[in-house]
Amino acid sequence: MNFDELAEMARFMRHKILHISHACNLSSHLGGGLSMVDITATLYGSVLRFDRNDPLWPERDRFILSKGHGVLGYYSALLAAGIISEETFASFQTNGSDLIAHPVMNPALGIESSNGSLGHGLSLAIGMALAARKKGQAHKTYVLLGDGECNEGAIWEGVMLAAQLKLDNLVAIVDYNGLQSDGESRQIIDLGDLAEKFADFGWNAANVDGHDIPALHAALTAPSPNQPRAVIALTIKGKGVSFMENNNEWHHNRLTQASYESAVEELAARHPHPQN
Amino acid sequence: MFGQAILALAEHHPELMVLSADLGNSSGLDRFKQSYPERYLNVGIAEQNLIGVAGGLAKEGFTVFATSFAPFITMRAAEQIRMNLGYMAFNVKAVGIGSGLGMGFLGNSHYGLEDAAIMRSIPNLTVVSPADCGEIAKTVFAAARHPGPMYIRLTGAPNTPIVYREDYAFQIGQAITLREGDDIALVATGSMVHAALAAADLLAQEGLACSVTNMHTLKPLDTAHLDRLARTARLIVTIEEHSRTGGLGSAVAEHLCAMDDHPPQLLIALPDEFGKSGEYSFLLDHYGLTPAKLAARVSERYRLLAPAT
Repeated sequence: MNFDELAEMARFMRHKILHISHACNLSSHLGGGLSMVDITATLYGSVLRFDRNDPLWPERDRFILSKGHGVLGYYSALLAAGIISEETFASFQTNGSDLIAHPVMNPALGIESSNGSLGHGLSLAIGMALAARKKGQAHKTYVLLGDGECNEGAIWEGVMLAAQLKLDNLVAIVDYNGLQSDGESRQIIDLGDLAEKFADFGWNAANVDGHDIPALHAALTAPSPNQPRAVIALTIKGKGVSFMENNNEWHHNRLTQASYESAVEELAARHPHPQN
Repeated sequence: MFGQAILALAEHHPELMVLSADLGNSSGLDRFKQSYPERYLNVGIAEQNLIGVAGGLAKEGFTVFATSFAPFITMRAAEQIRMNLGYMAFNVKAVGIGSGLGMGFLGNSHYGLEDAAIMRSIPNLTVVSPADCGEIAKTVFAAARHPGPMYIRLTGAPNTPIVYREDYAFQIGQAITLREGDDIALVATGSMVHAALAAADLLAQEGLACSVTNMHTLKPLDTAHLDRLARTARLIVTIEEHSRTGGLGSAVAEHLCAMDDHPPQLLIALPDEFGKSGEYSFLLDHYGLTPAKLAARVSERYRLLAPAT
């Protein structure tokens, strides 16, 4: 996909997120789902290698959603990429569904792992990347973390090991939206310049505007010989809907009919699309 | 013994990986890491990462043995085990070295008192506690053939007595009858299997006929075997080097309690406490887990039973 197509994919995903979040008539993790949309659109639209008709293709790149509550920005990418169907997507947060508020490992749906408890995904991704190296496989492993998630000690156990192993087939992305469940991250645990921290630990790390698709694409595909790659995506929680942006009330909330209509209207105005 | 077994296993299992959280030497893995450096990984003193990395390797097709001391691997990384071995059922064998009281003077921080209870409560996990050195090897070989997550609980000390002098059939989930006897059923696991056999000898001198079961697999429990015992024995005694909460005794009670009629159970285990530390032999004696003290406790309980009708 070219950058215009990726931007359109991101718009489509945001629209789908609002729609499904409203349709399920329950609270869902909108803020952190919307902040990561440009990241997952870029990944699924132009970075990851996969076969939409064969989610188990052995040479596929692996993607782990370590910030498991970000499913809205994940399922919508799987939908946009043609890996899951509209019907499956529509089952979000319905009783007995495969698509709940955190990923449940389901290879047929392209979901590599079960997540939800924070701080697990990086270790898993390290094991997967190490396995690929040992088996001489060329694919890469990508893992998306939240900035709040980086409070977890297990993340830093993994950060140290990945650098020690020089895992250059591993890319960790941090959706650095600056807000976590209880409020502003810097008021809780101030992570400061995360790219600097990853670099200090031996990673090839860069900060990037997490809503600038060409910049994200460049950051995610930059060569990183002999080092794991960290992309610190500086994002806005709730990105795309002004009343949700940087407003932690939308960390986990329910869209009323009125708030849904106003959100959709705004999205359409901000990102006009001929088909809309 | 674990180290020797894993070394023997590696030759025939090219997909085998062994991980440790900086306790490889203490786990007997020095020769393994010299022989197969590319299949060994020390992740550093980081048990949570140990299990997560093990999960990722297993997801991609490796059979992974991850080792640390019992409390560290089962408690520091309990939730990693729950997610990776439980929820996602990755083919990781978590090995708890030095469980029970075997760490002696290192103290309660290093004892494995609660590990079987925690591991047993996680869905999808198989939990095995071998009785002696030979059975550790059999467990390791069986674990490599058995697809799926497992916790292997290693009890005893380097000079722990041998139960088996001759080869025998070992199958995960199948209890082994070591001795027949109709009055009392002694059901033991891990280090306590040998003690139970010795206690049965002492009880025989009092005229009490004890069967002895090696219940090496705590989960899934061999309930058919328990059903047979419950039909014949007048008293069922469970013996384990583990807290009385959640271990073998609990597992057996969970099964017996559903029966209309079953013999009473004497649950011999460690008390719900952090006690004083000392040599392993001192601790076993202190907690009444020597053959003589076991025999006395069993005999005392048996005498309190209502007369047979």
